[in-house]
Amino acid sequence: MDISGRVNGEFDNTWDDPQKRSPLVPEHYKFGDVTEQVCGVTEAWRPPKAWYVAFAISVSLLGLLGAMIVYLFFTGVGVWNLNNPVGWGFDITNFVVWVGIGHAGTLISAILFLFRQKWRTAINRFAEAMTIFAVICALLFPGIHVGRVWLAYWMGPLPNQMAMWPNFRSPLLWDVFAVGTYFTVSALFWYCGMIPDIATLRDRAKGPIRRFAYGVLSLGWTGAARHWHRFERAYLVLAALSTPLVLSVHSVVSFDFATSVLPGWHTTIFPPYFVAGAIFGGFAMVLTLAIPARQLWGLKEIITARHLENMCKIILATGSMVGYAYGMEFFIAWYSGNPYESFTFLARAKGPFAWAYWTMISCNVLAPQLFWFRACRRSIPIMFFVAMCVNVGMWFERFVIIVTSLSSDYLPANWGGYRPSWVEICTLLGSIGLFMTLFLLFIRFLPVIAMAEIKTVMPAAHGTGAHAFDYNPDEPKEHPQVSEGRQ
Amino acid sequence: MSAAATSPKEPSVPRSGAGVRLCGLLAEFRDPDALREAARRVRAAGFSRWDCHSPFPIHGIDDAIGIRLTKLPIVVFFFGLMGCLTALLLQWWTNAAKPADYPMVPTFLQGYGFLISGKPFWSFQANIPVIFELTVLFSALCAGIGMLVANNLPWFSNPLFNSERFRRVTNDAFFIRVDSTDSKFHLQQTQGFLASLGAIAVERIEDTIPTPAETRLPGGLVKTGIVLACLGLIPLAFIAVARSNKSSSPRIHLIQDMDNQEKFKAQAAHPLFKDKRAMREPIAGAIARGDLREDDRFYRGYKMGVDPKTNQPAPVYFETFPAQVPVNEAFVQRGQQRFNIYCSPCHGVDGSGRGMVNQRALELGGGWVQAADLRDADRRSRPVGQLFNTITSGVRTMPPYGDQIGETDRWAIVAYVRALQKAEGAAIEELPEKERSALRKR
Ligand code: HEC
Repeated sequence: MDISGRVNGEFDNTWDDPQKRSPLVPEHYKFGDVTEQVCGVTEAWRPPKAWYVAFAISVSLLGLLGAMIVYLFFTGVGVWNLNNPVGWGFDITNFVVWVGIGHAGTLISAILFLFRQKWRTAINRFAEAMTIFAVICALLFPGIHVGRVWLAYWMGPLPNQMAMWPNFRSPLLWDVFAVGTYFTVSALFWYCGMIPDIATLRDRAKGPIRRFAYGVLSLGWTGAARHWHRFERAYLVLAALSTPLVLSVHSVVSFDFATSVLPGWHTTIFPPYFVAGAIFGGFAMVLTLAIPARQLWGLKEIITARHLENMCKIILATGSMVGYAYGMEFFIAWYSGNPYESFTFLARAKGPFAWAYWTMISCNVLAPQLFWFRACRRSIPIMFFVAMCVNVGMWFERFVIIVTSLSSDYLPANWGGYRPSWVEICTLLGSIGLFMTLFLLFIRFLPVIAMAEIKTVMPAAHGTGAHAFDYNPDEPKEHPQVSEGRQ
Repeated sequence: MSAAATSPKEPSVPRSGAGVRLCGLLAEFRDPDALREAARRVRAAGFSRWDCHSPFPIHGIDDAIGIRLTKLPIVVFFFGLMGCLTALLLQWWTNAAKPADYPMVPTFLQGYGFLISGKPFWSFQANIPVIFELTVLFSALCAGIGMLVANNLPWFSNPLFNSERFRRVTNDAFFIRVDSTDSKFHLQQTQGFLASLGAIAVERIEDTIPTPAETRLPGGLVKTGIVLACLGLIPLAFIAVARSNKSSSPRIHLIQDMDNQEKFKAQAAHPLFKDKRAMREPIAGAIARGDLREDDRFYRGYKMGVDPKTNQPAPVYFETFPAQVPVNEAFVQRGQQRFNIYCSPCHGVDGSGRGMVNQRALELGGGWVQAADLRDADRRSRPVGQLFNTITSGVRTMPPYGDQIGETDRWAIVAYVRALQKAEGAAIEELPEKERSALRKR
């Protein structure tokens, strides 16, 4: 290992020596190097070929989504295979999945911020963008599943001649407010945090279009100390607001189910279980996006091995919580002595949707257990494999919850099956296209990494304890500089 | 620090305007530590209109400059409170307020007390999620927008942007800016002072003074603006006219919702038929299946004859049951069951006329006619045909039941009414031996 902490030419900061704080950025980096690296992503004359390939695929899928929506609107919700008793299928499954994915972004940007986890700085911008695009995908589904889309505005409390208002005692309406607020606040948080970095792009911009666009977006930011002061306060307030918000959003989403009387839905464990699942699935998505991105744009020394390892640990922890919740559902079904509950859970494991249930268990509970082993937390292919498993598993979790409970409730006379139509499957694929298109555009045109924040955690900023973003009054002012790597 | 760097350079200011105005001085420092140190000394020198600029927030710079803690969080708190109250009021008004209690409020703003599955109109618990969300929404918007407003952003024409050197402020350079409006500002002295703090460069911040012509809006722009504004008023004017006038043509129906279909409805006019009615009459003499009710005795209980006294046409009631119905015990029991469903609410299960509806209606008053006692002498004297017709067509204030009860069932009820009449005031000797002993045992 040489002085900059390189092993075989790769920057490695995954050691766990309590005497030496492992650096989040290679020590020889100067402020300008960070700027160069991050701005290089958007300033490159051409993005890597892989970007074009990915973008072409994403845009085609987006087109598919558009076609499916037009078909749906002009023909009616009958083109989806939803009917009694399964009135919620792919639409609401996709909604819950996308909202859940968004949660990791807010967790990284807000909760890890409040807990002063400095390593978040390399991935927070990324994860926040993911949040916003995921929430856009999520908002799409309830929007188009209402049947008469042109009346979707009835969801909001708009004054009208009929004196007709939304029902505020319904969890579906709480959802409108929760997800709407979540989107607004996340977007605000993301944009506010990005202003200084857009200003960096503005100041480096060559062409008039870039200069104008970044100039407008950065609102004339000059990095004045008074501005930074208010900026940091506002950022802290936003983080403090987003933290309970993110917990509330998936709790409210779970109320959609928990406040009904259907066996398998009517349980008090839902809110915490949904939140844990959301964070779990969200982190898997961050990994899924971060691994190829750091590879393609040479950001390996900013999104370091240590960042990936930390995310693996979170996936292991939340995956185990989710596994515990699955077990607890079974236990309570038995312990309650309620025959309908017991039936529902046995039907999940052994009924017509058993294949979906066991896919969920193996992807969500078994696959992450690999992360107990350090070697797995450092192997990119294994990490990527597990992340993909979790993406699939979390989709199936929502599918299992929604469809099994609806398809067989109290009265056997009411039972019915469900099998998605091709339109529903294409709409799901299309929503992935929407997400990826937005994400690829983001990588191409906006600062993918919070440069200003990274600079605050660099050793060079620590002259006499200058690290404002994670300001901690209790921390000693002087930091021992780690100058030699692991022996 | 190099000697050359201390001499202020001429910035490259575009010189199209009437002249150049000095806005202040900009000094660059090597690193965050140097900046903080310099800031401390600028503050000690008593400057008031100045600031530091850096690519990231530098810890400890607030103390060095003497920045007071921002009041933003307090403002945020009050906005949060406002969000909380807004949500509370909104939910109460739209879901719990009764429009009748607030007649002054225009219809489109009127609240509405929704009754949902018998739940209370106002249940605080159910309102907590929305209260929480709006509190967060209001506070967050206040924090974000408030930060920008307090920072006086957006400000695109900041003269600092004229400096080529200042471009690096968002990358890796650290600056102190002293404004020329500061009371202590003196070009040469301040320049020297900043240089003495260890600045690697000091330069002037200048701004072009626009000529009067430049400050005026171009005439074309003004004219187009006025025209556009006037055009923008046209739709509003149409709306205002439409709102205040009545119109006989139907309103514009963009989304059809299957409201208007290409078919003729029952009462609509039809251009093709002579009588202009879309709804057609059956062909004369046609009878629908099951409508050929020839048997007077079974279907009506009477046939038309002549009243011997007045010589006017009058119904003649049949005295016996029709052959289609078997008058046996099972038939009478069926009649009892139907009677209890259809007749007992008014006439009582015993036919005395003291049914529950009758009692309640008498209690409320208001012109209710006592339901007849079906067992009195008058009713006993009615032929079965007449009883049947009473059920079919009603009588005086009693409504008809012909369209609810089929013919056979109506006859069954008649049979049961006869049984009731017989039972009233019957002597025990009239019962068969079996029933008699069963009664005695009780
Ligand atoms: C809604 C209450 C109501 C119901 C139900 C009702 N009746 Fe009557 N019925 C009356 C009233 C009131 C009268 C007395 C009408 C009057 O004198 O104006 C009456 C009168 C009669 C009479 C006497 C008619 C006459 O010739 O004077 C008969 C018989 C009779 N009802 C039979 C029945 C039978 C059989 C049924 C069940 C199919 C029935 N009613 C159901 C209210 C009711």
